[in-house]
Amino acid sequence: MRLVIALPFVWLGVFFLLPFALVLAIALGANAPDSVPPVELGLSPKNFALLFTDDLYLAAWLTSLRIAAVSTLAALLLGYPMAYAIARAAPARRPLLLMLVVLPFWTSFLIRIYAWMGLLDENGLLNQFLRWSGIVADPGTLLGTEWAVHLGIVYAYLPFMVLPLYATLEKLDVSLLEAAADLGARPFAAFLTITLPLSLPGIVAGCLLVFIPAVGEFVIPDLLGGTGTLMIGKVLWDEFFTNGDWPLASAVAICLLVLLAGPIALFQRQQAKGLERRT
Amino acid sequence: MSGPIVRIEGLAKRFGAVTAVDRVDLDIERGALFALLGGSGCGKTTLLRLLAGFETPDGGRVLIDGQDMTGVPPHLRPVNMMFQSYALFPHMSVADNVAYGLRREGGGGAETDRRVGEALDQVRLADFAKRRPAQLSGGQRQRVALARALIKRPKLLLLDEPLAALDRKLREGTRFELVRLQAELGLTFVMVTHDQEEAMSMASTLAVMDAGRIVQVGAPHDVYERPASRFVAGFIGLANILEAPGGRWVALRPEKIVLSAARPDLPHASAGKVVDIAYEGARSLCRVALDDGRTMLAATSDGAFRRGQDVWLGWAADAGHPLDE
Repeated sequence: MRLVIALPFVWLGVFFLLPFALVLAIALGANAPDSVPPVELGLSPKNFALLFTDDLYLAAWLTSLRIAAVSTLAALLLGYPMAYAIARAAPARRPLLLMLVVLPFWTSFLIRIYAWMGLLDENGLLNQFLRWSGIVADPGTLLGTEWAVHLGIVYAYLPFMVLPLYATLEKLDVSLLEAAADLGARPFAAFLTITLPLSLPGIVAGCLLVFIPAVGEFVIPDLLGGTGTLMIGKVLWDEFFTNGDWPLASAVAICLLVLLAGPIALFQRQQAKGLERRT
Repeated sequence: MSGPIVRIEGLAKRFGAVTAVDRVDLDIERGALFALLGGSGCGKTTLLRLLAGFETPDGGRVLIDGQDMTGVPPHLRPVNMMFQSYALFPHMSVADNVAYGLRREGGGGAETDRRVGEALDQVRLADFAKRRPAQLSGGQRQRVALARALIKRPKLLLLDEPLAALDRKLREGTRFELVRLQAELGLTFVMVTHDQEEAMSMASTLAVMDAGRIVQVGAPHDVYERPASRFVAGFIGLANILEAPGGRWVALRPEKIVLSAARPDLPHASAGKVVDIAYEGARSLCRVALDDGRTMLAATSDGAFRRGQDVWLGWAADAGHPLDE
C-alpha cells in the first residue's frame, strides 16, 4: 500500500527533480569547452543575467510569446466551431468526427511537419496549384516565414483545442438554450449569454494546452520558420548543439520552465475546480 | 379580445415512425388553468413544446390570441415556459436569471430591477437574489423558474410537470400556490402532468391524452363523473368497469358502492367475500370477489370489515356511468 503511494513520488524524484537539479547545477556553472562534459561547476548567476540583458534572448522570448499567443487565438477561432459542430452532431456520428480530429496523431509529428515543408516550399504543392490554376501568377514562398510557423502550430495543436472544447460543449444542457430562446433571446444572443460563458472552462483548458507547448516549440520554427523567426526553443537548441554552451542552454531551459509554471498552475486550478463542481 | 387564447387545429407531429401528436384539435379558454394529462409517451409534452415553438408541426397549426404561430420561432412567441428541469442558468444569480427575459427586450436599469424585485417578492425569494441556483433547495429553484417565466407577463404560461421534481410534502403546498398565483395574475396556464391527482386538484379544465390524441376534455368533476371511455375511467381515479346489456360498458366508482354485511335494499346487490383491504386513512378500499366470479373495488369508511368476511355490495340504479366505448 505504502509502496503504491510512494511510487509517484519516487518517479517524480528520479525523473523530474534529479534531472532538474542537474540542469540547475549546470546553469550555475561556466562553459568549459575543453573538458568532458564541457562544464565547470560553480555558483554564478551570470548565465541568467545574460538572458535578461542580451537583446537577442529578450527578442526570442517576446517572439515566442507572441507567436504562441497568436497561434492559440487562431486555433481557438478555428477549433470552437469544429467542437460546436461535433457536439451538436447526431450522437451516433460524434465518435467518427472525434476520430477524424485525432487521426493525424497516427502519423509521427516530425513527418507531418516535413510534409508541410513539401506543401509550402517554393515549388511545393500549394504554389504548383496556385500557378496551375492561375489564381496567383507569381506566388511568394510561405516556407521560411512566420506565417508558416503559425500555420504549423495551429495544425499541430488544433486537436488539443478541439477536445476540451468538445467536452464542455457536449455537456451543455440543451434545455438552457431553449429556455433562453423562450425568454426572447435570438440564437446569437443565446450563444453569447449562455453557451459562451458556460464553455469558458473548455476555452481556458484548450488555450493553455495549445499555448504552453507552443511557447517552447522547437521543431516547427526550425523546419517551417526562417532565420528571422527566433523562438526560444530554437535558441536553446542552438546554444546546446551548435555553440556547445551547456550552462547557457540550461539557463534558458530553467527560465522556460519558470515562465510556463504560471499558465500550468492556472490550468491545474481550472481542472481541479471542474472536478469539484462535478462532485 | 375575445375567443380562446389558444386554438389548435389538426396539429400533428411525428418522430420517425412514431406519431407523437395525432391530428389534435383543441381550444383553451382565456384565464384557464388547463391541464394536459396522460401517461408517459402519450404526446402531452410534445404538444406543449409545439405551443412553445421548440418543435415544428408536420401538419395543422397553432393560433395564440388569434395569431397564426406557424413559422414563428420560440423567441418571438408571446409564450413562456417553465421547464421540468427548471433549466436555470447556472452561471447567473437568481436575480439575473429572473431579469434575463427583460434584458433580451433591451430593458435595463431601474425599471428592470424594480420588476425583478417585485417578481422575487411574489415567490418569496427576495433574500436570495444574489445566490446561484446551485445554492438553492429544490423548492426555491422551482420558484425561481416560475418567477423567470412570469416576468414578461406572457399571454400563456406553459408548465412542464411543474411539481414532479419536488418531494411530496412540498408538492401539496406548491399546488395551492400555483393556483393562487394563476388566479391573482389572471393569466392562462397550460400544464402537463402525468399525475391525475395533481390535474384534478389544480385544473379548471383538463384534457386526457392517449397515444397522441385527446380523448376527453372537460372540468375535472365532469371527467371524473362522466368518463367518455374505458381508458379515461381507468386513468382518472379508480373505476369498476362492468358489462351492461347490449355490449355496452358502465364505469362504477368504488365510492358509489355500499358495502354491508346484510343484503342492502338497492336495485343492484351482489354477494361476495372480501379478498383484500387497503387502509387509506379516511377510507378503506376493499377488493371483493363476487360469487359470480367478478372482482370489484368498493370504498368504505367503516373499519369493521375483515379479510375473508362475507359481504354484500349494493349500488343505486344511476350510480354507474355508461361509456361510449
